[in-house]
Amino acid sequence: MKRLRPFIPELVAVGLLVLAFVISAVREPKFLDIAYLFDRSTLYTETALLAIALTLVIVAGHIDLSCTSILALVGAVVITLHHKGLPFGLCAALAPVLGGLLGAFNGYLIGKRKLPSLVVTLATMALFRGGAQILLGDHGEKVPESFQHFEKLTVIPKTYFQAPLALTLVFAVAAGLLLHKTVFGRQVYAVGTNAEAARYSGVPVPSVLMRLFMLSGVVAGIASLTLLSRLGVARFDHARGQELDAITAVVLGGTSIFGGRGTVIGSLAALLLIGVVQTGMGVAGIKVESQVTVIGILLLVAVLLANLTSRRRR
Amino acid sequence: MKRRTLLSLVPLAALALMTGCKPDEPKPTDGGTAGTKPTVEAPKAGGDGKKLKIVFIPKNVGNPYFDGINKGMEEVCKAEGVEYSMTGPAQAEATNQIQYIKDEVQRGANVICIAANSVDALNGTLDEIRGKGVKVVTVDADLTGNESHRDLGIFATDFSKFGGGLVEQMGKEINYTGEVAILSATSDAPNQNFWIKQMKEAWKDPKYAKMPLVDLVYGDDKPEKSATEMEGLLTKHPNLKAVIAPTTVGVSAAAKVAQQRGVYPGGANAKNGGVTVFGLGIPSQMKSFIKDGVTPEIMLWSPVDMGTVAAHVCIGLAKGEFKAEKGAKIKVGTMGEREVEDLNKVVVGPPVIFTKDNVDKYNF
Repeated sequence: MKRLRPFIPELVAVGLLVLAFVISAVREPKFLDIAYLFDRSTLYTETALLAIALTLVIVAGHIDLSCTSILALVGAVVITLHHKGLPFGLCAALAPVLGGLLGAFNGYLIGKRKLPSLVVTLATMALFRGGAQILLGDHGEKVPESFQHFEKLTVIPKTYFQAPLALTLVFAVAAGLLLHKTVFGRQVYAVGTNAEAARYSGVPVPSVLMRLFMLSGVVAGIASLTLLSRLGVARFDHARGQELDAITAVVLGGTSIFGGRGTVIGSLAALLLIGVVQTGMGVAGIKVESQVTVIGILLLVAVLLANLTSRRRR
Repeated sequence: MKRRTLLSLVPLAALALMTGCKPDEPKPTDGGTAGTKPTVEAPKAGGDGKKLKIVFIPKNVGNPYFDGINKGMEEVCKAEGVEYSMTGPAQAEATNQIQYIKDEVQRGANVICIAANSVDALNGTLDEIRGKGVKVVTVDADLTGNESHRDLGIFATDFSKFGGGLVEQMGKEINYTGEVAILSATSDAPNQNFWIKQMKEAWKDPKYAKMPLVDLVYGDDKPEKSATEMEGLLTKHPNLKAVIAPTTVGVSAAAKVAQQRGVYPGGANAKNGGVTVFGLGIPSQMKSFIKDGVTPEIMLWSPVDMGTVAAHVCIGLAKGEFKAEKGAKIKVGTMGEREVEDLNKVVVGPPVIFTKDNVDKYNF
């Protein structure tokens, strides 16, 4: 029991997830339809990818509000380059690079210029979204048919194990290893716990932040491709507002918004919880007002519990 | 410790709330309790023994305009013995409707009637559910350019000359002189941009030469943002004569600002004749502005009529009473008959013009 105590926030998320699943299944038999559940889960692909990267950023005590705008701008650039005559595969390969560059812009201002990440990414959120709208205007640009609907691909034939889920798991494991098993991961926790102390103990804080925001950008670039493939169209308003869903998942999963604490698995469990609550209530015919109310209460509970179990910060 | 125990009850309460939330429609009650003899299955409406189920997904919920469509649909469905419900997202984002489409199909919807938030982001999802035999009908907001992804599209009125009509209506009122601005919804709303394009096209006519279009602003269909944009227009263009807001949210916000500032014709601060507001408005919302002269007349089709036609179209389509192709005739109850036009469009009727003489007659 003692060994589990540090992980109470994660355990709360997992417990609520199990409970939500059972309630949903008991309430509405149509919920327990494997094909439907797997298909429904593909809608959370981008939020999941963004939440995984955001976990690291938030553990470091920072925030990236611009990740969804990076997603939209990368998508806009990819489709524009394709229309200029480049093969789509090449444009798609550029997506993570473009995302990384945009993330590096955030990282430079936050890491090297020491500007607050909330303000910087609030600004770049508008800037990048505006860039996407300048490129695309108000209309959607179609993605080549051959690139569409990767979410229908199954990794193991004749099962429901689809590509988005596989991709999410690969990213989660990679991010988990990076955060929990590497020197860089320890540095992220150190920066999030106390940036000054970390600096005096030799942690290259600016470079850690630079790499974190680049990571967030690269992941947003990849998420841009999954969304392009799922929807079959590039639009400037892609994923608008979803940064808040991703942040909700991260915080609900036990990551401290002040930094210094958090796990990737917690964020994933929390996102699954949100997904199960939304799906369960949706399939039971419960209106959106009640859905958001329940999510709001769950989030408050998670923060209260985290506050109670770790008294490090007031 | 005690506090912690108490707190751990809170998530349980949250989930209890989830359990306790009432679904939209009553579930069929159990036949009988222990001890009573088994009851006979209740007779179901419809030919095949299974009740037809229609779901209306508006752009967003809590929007009086869509509540009007909802009212029309609900009445028809009730009368026809068809199961009906409305559900949708809180925000009108391009992809927010996808989860509701999937959930409602899983719940057994036969027809999805949708006011699409995006002309193309829903294509894949709609193809998927149509593959499962679900009919898709758009209402109010169509999939312009992607019509092949739905069965039928219901249009409030013939929109091919709508923007030009708005310009002419306003021009007549202001004697074709003075600066004019447009207050739109979001910069990516397909119908808004279509009408703005039509307006700009109509503006090329030399008779409008003395009423230049000086500005185009976006209130995002939010009352506060629309009001701020209207304030901005009044400050930036002191000689402004009229504002066209082809959106119900924008027009009421603009009229409110004009009324509060007293800049409308006859208002306390009106300069060279005052600023008049035109556009699409809901009569119940615009009544006081029309009577004060802030807006001489306002235009709208009846969302309730649109709902009525939509419901008849959905029911007929699901029952196979007509084929979704050009020239098909559809019976729409008390409203007579409609014919399917090019691109499988169905038009409800001409717009209603509300003036101070007739506005009291409408109760939506």
